[in-house]
Amino acid sequence: MDDIILIAVAALGGVGLLAAVILFFVAKKFKVYEDPLIDEVEEKLPAANCGGCGFPGCRAFAEATVKAAKETKSLEGHSCPVGGNDVMQDVGKVLGLEVEAMAPMIAVIRCNGTPINHPAKVKFEGVTSCAFAHGLHGGEGGCQYSCLGLGDCVDACDFDAIHMNPETGLPVVNDKCTACGACVIACPRDIIELRKKGPKDRRIFVSCVNAEKGAPAKKNCQTACIGCSKCEKVCKFDAITITSFLAYINFENCTLCRKCVEVCPTSAIWEVNFKPRKPKADRPASVVEKATATKATPEKPIPLTIKVDNAQEDFKKEDNKIENKE
Amino acid sequence: MNKFTISGSPHIKSDESTKKIMYGVALAMAPTMLVSIYFFGFQAIRVLVLACIASLFFEWVIQKYLIKGPVTIDDGSALVTAILLAFNLPSNLPSWMIIIGALIAIGMAKMSFGGLGRNIFNPALVARVFLLISFPVQMTSWPKPEGFSIGLSDATTGATPLGIVKEGLGAGKTMSQLKPEIPTYIQDLMGQMGGSMGEVSAIALILGGLYMLWKKIITWHIPVAMLGTVVIFTSILWGIDSEHFADPVFHLLTGGMLLGAIFMATDMVSSPMTHGGQIVFGVGIGILTVLIRVWGAYPEGVSFAILLMNAVVPLINKGFKPKRFGLKPAISKNS
Amino acid sequence: MGILKTFALGGVHPEENKLSANAAIEVLDLPKQAFIPLGQNLGAPSKPLVKRGEEVKTGQLLAEAGGFISTPVHSPVSGKVFKIENILNASGYKQMGIIINVEGDEWMDDIDRSDELSTNLDYSPEEIIEKVKQAGLVGMGGATFPTYVKLMPPPGNTAEYIIINGVECEPYLTSDHRLMLEKGREIVVGTQLLMKALKVDKAIIGIENNKPDAISHMSELVKNTEGVSVQALKVQYPQGGEKQLIKATVNREVPSGKLPIAVGCVVQNVGTAFAVYEAVQKNKPLFERVVTVTGKAVKKPSNFLVRIGTPVQQLIDAAEGLPDDTGKIINGGPMMGKAISSTEVPIVKGSSGILVMKEEESHRKTENACIRCSKCTYVCPMGLEPFLLSRVSRLGKFDIAEDEMIMDCIECGSCQYTCPANIPLLDYLRLGKNKTGAIIRGRGRTA
Repeated sequence: MDDIILIAVAALGGVGLLAAVILFFVAKKFKVYEDPLIDEVEEKLPAANCGGCGFPGCRAFAEATVKAAKETKSLEGHSCPVGGNDVMQDVGKVLGLEVEAMAPMIAVIRCNGTPINHPAKVKFEGVTSCAFAHGLHGGEGGCQYSCLGLGDCVDACDFDAIHMNPETGLPVVNDKCTACGACVIACPRDIIELRKKGPKDRRIFVSCVNAEKGAPAKKNCQTACIGCSKCEKVCKFDAITITSFLAYINFENCTLCRKCVEVCPTSAIWEVNFKPRKPKADRPASVVEKATATKATPEKPIPLTIKVDNAQEDFKKEDNKIENKE
Repeated sequence: MNKFTISGSPHIKSDESTKKIMYGVALAMAPTMLVSIYFFGFQAIRVLVLACIASLFFEWVIQKYLIKGPVTIDDGSALVTAILLAFNLPSNLPSWMIIIGALIAIGMAKMSFGGLGRNIFNPALVARVFLLISFPVQMTSWPKPEGFSIGLSDATTGATPLGIVKEGLGAGKTMSQLKPEIPTYIQDLMGQMGGSMGEVSAIALILGGLYMLWKKIITWHIPVAMLGTVVIFTSILWGIDSEHFADPVFHLLTGGMLLGAIFMATDMVSSPMTHGGQIVFGVGIGILTVLIRVWGAYPEGVSFAILLMNAVVPLINKGFKPKRFGLKPAISKNS
Repeated sequence: MGILKTFALGGVHPEENKLSANAAIEVLDLPKQAFIPLGQNLGAPSKPLVKRGEEVKTGQLLAEAGGFISTPVHSPVSGKVFKIENILNASGYKQMGIIINVEGDEWMDDIDRSDELSTNLDYSPEEIIEKVKQAGLVGMGGATFPTYVKLMPPPGNTAEYIIINGVECEPYLTSDHRLMLEKGREIVVGTQLLMKALKVDKAIIGIENNKPDAISHMSELVKNTEGVSVQALKVQYPQGGEKQLIKATVNREVPSGKLPIAVGCVVQNVGTAFAVYEAVQKNKPLFERVVTVTGKAVKKPSNFLVRIGTPVQQLIDAAEGLPDDTGKIINGGPMMGKAISSTEVPIVKGSSGILVMKEEESHRKTENACIRCSKCTYVCPMGLEPFLLSRVSRLGKFDIAEDEMIMDCIECGSCQYTCPANIPLLDYLRLGKNKTGAIIRGRGRTA
């Protein structure tokens, strides 16, 4: 009886020992050298593996930054949109390099084709995929640049930062947005753009990408940019350019003076997170107040100014402050 | 005027539907149902009704309160499962066991995988095997087919032909000695033998199979491959030693062979998707069935064989692709 | 007749509904304004040559080819160029086009307007190809591939057969059928010209068995024509697909990813053969075509000879108006046609029919769970597994889709037509094909 136990222990022990020896040599022989810096850099990264930096995952980004740091002594072109400046500063510290601060960005939806502004003329039936619908038809309301409202951007977002608003049929970005750019790629109509987040989240942008002439664009959508170039003329900072009947505001030059918003005849230019302005004589009420005061009425083109979820709260806070003062 | 609809082509749709297929299967099972009622009387009606009500009820409860999705008990799939389950039970099974069987079939084998179309195993068979293993006594005491004279009280029970042969051969008897004990081929065809409700009458089952072939609900590949394999395999054994192995016709007509081949193995959800794969599937079931019947511990092996082959269906689907157009290498110039 | 030929794999047989089969081709009145898109062919759009306000005659060149795979566009009407602007096309997208205000109907002088049959075959292949190219011919079956490109096989390939596609497997459509009955002789001459251009001595006209009058008529006409034969085919959708038609007529399989010329075949539609005849013998460019207007609720299902650029509305009016309960208008047949968003859309070179569907016919049925019945696999004419491809497309696994040969899908719609669970298989397949194609092209660029 004892023999059996002894034999079993010896046999299994021997097998174990043999395997350990083999493993030891295999591990030695096939060892791959990796720069320990890569691990250190990776630790600093958010581990979201979103691909927003252009590399397949955080590990690949870490490898690329370490390589770039060694070869070019600069991290130019390498930036983690999710982690933003803080993370890149950390990465810079690990690698012993100075990293230029970048302005935080956010995804912005440049379409205002709500059912009121851009009424549907036909009905789409089929799979809920913008990419498919884009290949099939020009859009329910006739504007071939409009948001299709089927949520490819929502599916693409890894951060729960973009949702469809069932009332407007348009996506809404909230403050979880890391500007990774996944939605920008997912949108078949190039409606989403990454723009500077702006001081206090304040932004001004043209909420339209319709490159048609004014008349056909306006025919389909009340708030389409008609390329009238009023905004271009009023802008003192050369921030606005018009190409193929479409205005574009360069966020690097824009000083958020809001002049363009006032002159836009179709309310295609949006301002978000600004304080409501005082009424003027020639303009009964500013666009913002209209939007906040009343629900959009069918006959008037009123954009939904509040796009960022937390903006609503900001407004409330500000309102409270005013009330408190009074 | 209406808004025009925009959708991708095709703009027309055939009149095929899941419902139509499911009720087609149910209709194909009608002859077998009638035969089982004829032979087993009120007991058969009790088992059928109870299985149907319990299955539909469990499907409804799970869809409504557990999954909280749309309730689709009217699509007929639960009904088909229920009838198949009833076919697999002896007519004198206690009612509470039938209800447990329905719960296992619907709850465990179907809904836990996500409902219709997602289950790996045939739900009715899972329930049958579950009951067989849990309640072996009740599940293997087969009432004699005595029609309405049985009533609802105790019926005389006996073994199935397969059971007789298995036991007899095990006890050292030869086939010719067993001959008087087992039913004749005519009796097999009509259904005058012991067995579960649905498996007794070969003619009724074949009738249902032909109906499904005609309605294109099933294709010939699985039944033919399965039965063909059984015939070939048992012929070889019988040819070697006709005294210790039963003949192929006996194997074909007794037990759940035809029920399995026509209604169980052809279940769309748990069978392979291509004709090539279906033939492999059928052959596999055939081989396994004979192995279990001849050398296994159980007299009947169809349900185990089908369940085992169900498990390898994903593999078969990976390995057997349809014949692709344009992948034939050479083009004969003189065609 | 024995067993009729057809293709080997898959196929469905939808209800034929050839409502307009007995309606003779009527010449439709000229439109008041013609809308002529510049991208009427597969490939690069054409470049306009006329200016705003210019007077044009019927048949005058409006735009030249914009690339190798491109065709010129000719004026279908005479009048004044009103605008060169974006106009709505069948998909609801705006596209460059020329709008002409119609004044009278003055044709170019070099077009022979007589109805006399001209059987002169005294042309060199180059002459024929040049004429076909200049006349702006494209495949009239709907794919609108420039015809002259097909007539110039790439080096290393020689054509053996020319197959004339008179299958018209799409339900409802009858324009090819009527054309064969009424212009059969011209089609035969066009076929002979195509044979000459391709230097082949065998031509097969494939016609499905649901058009017995066309089969007997065409058989009679080709009796004394050497090399041309008529092949009756079993009714099976999608027999009109190039690859399926080649399989059905000469039993050859076009290898995956290759063109029909790889097996020595060139397929041309009967409409194209007729247009070849007109281009070569009558010097008439392609500016009109036969269009079927049909639908269960349409009062007068008809076949019209229509000038390119005529708005769909005018065709529907000529068929006694749009029914009240119209839910969908399709440009093409019900299996592969495109739903159009507006009746302002003009007829183009590739429009074979306008199908008006009733409201109750125009909606998809509720999608159910896949029961893995594999009917989609059985009916797929390319031997693919639509259920699998649609699932991987839905999940975004385009590498698997590529391995499972998603790019071979011909988008015939048989799978979705037959699916008992009403799953929009083809929607997902298109999506997957689109994305997989983009991935493959991207790889080509980087490699």
